[in-house]
Amino acid sequence: MRIEGKGQAERSRKVRFQFDGRWMEGVEGETLAAALMANDVRLVARSFKYHRPRGILTAGSEEPNALVTVGSGAARDPNVRATVQEIYDGLVVESQNRWPSLNWDVMSLNSLAAPFLGAGFYYKTFMWPRAFWEKLYEPVIRRAAGLGALSGQSCTERYEKAYAFCDLLVIGAGPTGLMAALVAARAGADVILCDEDSTPGGRLLAERGEVDGLPGPEWAASVVAKLRDLGVRVMTRTTVTGAYDQGTFGALERVAQHRAASGDLPRECFWRIAARRAVLAAGALERPVAFAGNDRPGVMMAGALRAYVNRWGVAPGKDIAIFGNSDDVYRTAEDLIAAGLKVAAVVDSRSGPPPEHPYPVYRGAVVTGTQGGRNGVSGIRIKTAGGEVRVKADTLAMSGGWNPSVHLSCHMNGRPVWRDDIAAFVPREGAVPGMTAVGACNGVFTTRGCLEAGVSAAQVALRDLGLDVGATTVPSAEDVPYQIEPLWNVPGKGRAWLDFQNDVTVKDVVQAAAENFRSVEHMKRYTTQGMATDQGKNSNVAALAVLADTTGRGIPETGTTTFRPPYSPVAIAAMGAGAQGHGFAPQRLTTSHVASVARGAPMIEAGLWYRSSYFPREGERTWRQFCDREVGMVRGAVGICDVSTLGKIDIQGPDAAAFLDLVYANTFSTLKEGRVRYGLMLREDGHVMDDGTTARLGPQHYVMTTTTAAAGAVMQHLEFVHQCLVPQMNLRMISVTEQWAQFAVAGPRARELVNGVLAAPIDDATWPFMACGEVDVAGVRGRLFRISFSGEHAYEIAVPARFGAALFDLLVTRAEAFGGGAYGMEALNVLRIEKGHITHAEIHGRTTAFDIGMGRMIAPGKDCIGKAMAARPGLVGPRRQQMVGLQPLDADKSLTAGAQLFAQGAVVARETNEGYVTSVCHSPFLGHGLGLGFLRDGRARHGEVVRMVDQLRGLEVACRVTDPVRVDPDGGRLRG
Amino acid sequence: MVELMTKSPCAGLLPITRGALSLSEEDAGTVTSLASYDGQAGALSEALQAAHGVSFPAPGRVRGQGGTLCSWSGLDQAFLIGPEPDPDLSRYAAVTDQSDAWAVVRLTGAGCEDVLARLVPVDLRLRVFSPGQSARSLLGHLPVLLLRQEVESFLILAFRSMAGTLVEDLDTAMSSVTARSGG
Repeated sequence: MRIEGKGQAERSRKVRFQFDGRWMEGVEGETLAAALMANDVRLVARSFKYHRPRGILTAGSEEPNALVTVGSGAARDPNVRATVQEIYDGLVVESQNRWPSLNWDVMSLNSLAAPFLGAGFYYKTFMWPRAFWEKLYEPVIRRAAGLGALSGQSCTERYEKAYAFCDLLVIGAGPTGLMAALVAARAGADVILCDEDSTPGGRLLAERGEVDGLPGPEWAASVVAKLRDLGVRVMTRTTVTGAYDQGTFGALERVAQHRAASGDLPRECFWRIAARRAVLAAGALERPVAFAGNDRPGVMMAGALRAYVNRWGVAPGKDIAIFGNSDDVYRTAEDLIAAGLKVAAVVDSRSGPPPEHPYPVYRGAVVTGTQGGRNGVSGIRIKTAGGEVRVKADTLAMSGGWNPSVHLSCHMNGRPVWRDDIAAFVPREGAVPGMTAVGACNGVFTTRGCLEAGVSAAQVALRDLGLDVGATTVPSAEDVPYQIEPLWNVPGKGRAWLDFQNDVTVKDVVQAAAENFRSVEHMKRYTTQGMATDQGKNSNVAALAVLADTTGRGIPETGTTTFRPPYSPVAIAAMGAGAQGHGFAPQRLTTSHVASVARGAPMIEAGLWYRSSYFPREGERTWRQFCDREVGMVRGAVGICDVSTLGKIDIQGPDAAAFLDLVYANTFSTLKEGRVRYGLMLREDGHVMDDGTTARLGPQHYVMTTTTAAAGAVMQHLEFVHQCLVPQMNLRMISVTEQWAQFAVAGPRARELVNGVLAAPIDDATWPFMACGEVDVAGVRGRLFRISFSGEHAYEIAVPARFGAALFDLLVTRAEAFGGGAYGMEALNVLRIEKGHITHAEIHGRTTAFDIGMGRMIAPGKDCIGKAMAARPGLVGPRRQQMVGLQPLDADKSLTAGAQLFAQGAVVARETNEGYVTSVCHSPFLGHGLGLGFLRDGRARHGEVVRMVDQLRGLEVACRVTDPVRVDPDGGRLRG
Repeated sequence: MVELMTKSPCAGLLPITRGALSLSEEDAGTVTSLASYDGQAGALSEALQAAHGVSFPAPGRVRGQGGTLCSWSGLDQAFLIGPEPDPDLSRYAAVTDQSDAWAVVRLTGAGCEDVLARLVPVDLRLRVFSPGQSARSLLGHLPVLLLRQEVESFLILAFRSMAGTLVEDLDTAMSSVTARSGG
């Protein structure tokens, strides 16, 4: 219900929202929890395991019970905390983990099976018969237990990632954080202030106290206004989720979740904030007391109740009992009376005389149980020195004291320190370098104390930052000492809940200890305490206190479990923002891309590049027809292929030649100007790294080409060799891959075509095989290389990339006039397999120069990277699997890449394996299937018949071992 | 004889405007990488000064303005942006034409720092990265050279082949920043 005259939100803007199909009215900007409370909804969720009816427990992000699903379809967002979600007009929310409805949930029968579902039930009850686990138990448990579900569809919402930098990051905008930010900003520091709430102020928004003579919320608003004037970046709805190395923090900002129409707004933004210093002012979380029936709707935290009454002007009932172990019980009672609500009873577990009070008080008493139905509490049982008392109440506010929010201070493996005086853990000093934890998160529980702590934390940070610390007066505020006597659980019959979200009770923890799971980490995993989405924010300390008590140890000795990021749940979509679909990797498009797509070419990815697979023509239906025709064009007329994607590295300098001699197995210092040479590059370990051609354009000027996918790796390798191994060599290199659009012109009519576009025609004398140089291409300064991957008479023409699209069009048009045309990767692959040319299918990282038949390319007269290691025993010799050609005996059969090779008559087993197939194709030129592969001592076995066995596809083909080069072995076609 | 037509890297993709933010393709003229040989840094800087009126920039800095810029671009390396390089420079440095290798775009308008904060992981606050500074960094997945020319004007150089991704990433960030500002 709403309380007249209470609450800070403006009541003018009414909005309508839907909960489980029922439309309700609320006030814009209030939390869903407050709005549900205003509409007298008490049952909001079912628990994880037992499907217990649950209500709203807290007023913050620590909420374990009130989880809902927001939205529908692909945009649906499960496990949203009703205590965080702000309402807006048209918001649609559904409860979770219930069937068929929240009020009548069949699965609540689980609660009757509780004796079988206790601690460790996963490990005990369902382990036999073994096969039943996967087929029966697990699916059933998964269906019965759980929270909200994802839509199963691809995410349609926009998410975002961003970076921020500052001198000082202040985490939490309560009195401590506001004060720290103010002092730092006034001294000239660049400050970011983050708070997970929609409004800065922290507990000041929830309590009635004054600061500097102003009501708390007004003072907070006035400080925020000053901060904005000082240029502080005040980030509301932003939860700092993790503390990482070197002053980096993760933070999740809710950008559009509180708005009806978001347009281009991201739903959430995941920030990476790099801060020179940080102040942790994360506050504290109130902890429940474990007693029988403490999970009934209507039982909630006392501090949360004050927030609902004071901040939101709503109350869950009219007849309210309060139970706790500190003076907070009286503070709560006074707030309720000030709001015109009835205090049914105050139960204070401490002994001694109570303060003046106009309501019933039971000192030295505890609540032993609640009565009521699934819609909530109707009364409580109190155990007093004089015996049991029953009190009628529709709400019970409880407080077991406050736990400082130490989480972020533990993210770099720091363990918190126990303090007896406040019965709580506080952060260990220096646990996160550069971050100071102060205020309530450091165990200071008075407003005045927090304001002072904020000032001194800022001063420490300012000194570290080398900024002047000005004089600051601390505002006046409440300074009543915090007096608490520990109270974790009330012994008695019935289930007393610790972890509300994962349904862990005191009995479960005791049972775990009895079964010797006495370490807190073992207890946690055995009972699942603190392993739900709330990570046990308000239950972990109580659970370990119960464990400590059960095992006869102290709390500090028992210790805490490990706090890990994130502090509160972060959607994977937020962390992976921008990486959906094409965002996963950049697209590299060639200058011929548009024209190729226009010709119907499907693209295949090579590294990040998109290359044409083939260019379909009318009358052809299958890729084999396209491919065979394109191979035929190259062997019979002329084909054009975009080869711009190959890496091109420009190498210049007095030591360029010596450097190439070092990084290549073969020699380049002897290469003449205006000539190209094939080069083989080894890794340090002696295996083949990459291959390609390198052209000498001038005395000190080379251009190296690499394979498409290895371009980056080769560049990195060259930089490493230069910077680390031979820094004395005087040379410079830079990638020119993007500068040049380069096209292969291959086939018997290649020169005819090339001469049609060159200003000065060439012939065999001026431009023999492996010649290169500058040329005038239709008025543009280009480069011409007479090299061939296809085995045909071929050239590669390069022009600055701005002319690439035009040159491709021109070349293809001319080629078509000659009976040829563009060819793609499929045809390119067939052409090179026919020629026995390697790609990274063969030089896959485990093959040596010897294996691929290029052992003699390792020049004997000079050193090179990998030379010594390539000569190791075992890397050469007849035991090596060597590259061979393979041809099926039956021309109708196909070879398959990845298949294994066995000798005829051998048993097919790992031990008898003799090799494998790396590349296969159908050769239209030869009229049968072809393959390349590696076979033990293969070069000595040409002519032999071996078995190709593909166990994955269930194939077996007998094939003849051949030389890898099957077309034009003496090179007449490419020289002629 | 046929004439080969030119096509710019962002042809058909730019310009775009999102609220107060604009992204346009820039004709930067000739882009030349200059990498001084061992012991030649001083001589190169002098030759550069004599021929083009700019000295060789320190790491992270840009020299010159208007039609002639020289931006640091890596270890012992700078990009001369604008003029045809003086042939004499190759006595002291490896000189390589990069004019066609880069898509050059300009991002301007209030909030352009916020746009880049969504993509670029380096500190671009005005007090740290002011006009006249440059950085080699990443923009999303893309390697870029970033030049701040004015408080609200950045020049971005990315690989030509990645122009589509460059524009798409910047467009998304621009529209998101615009939506946040209520525009």
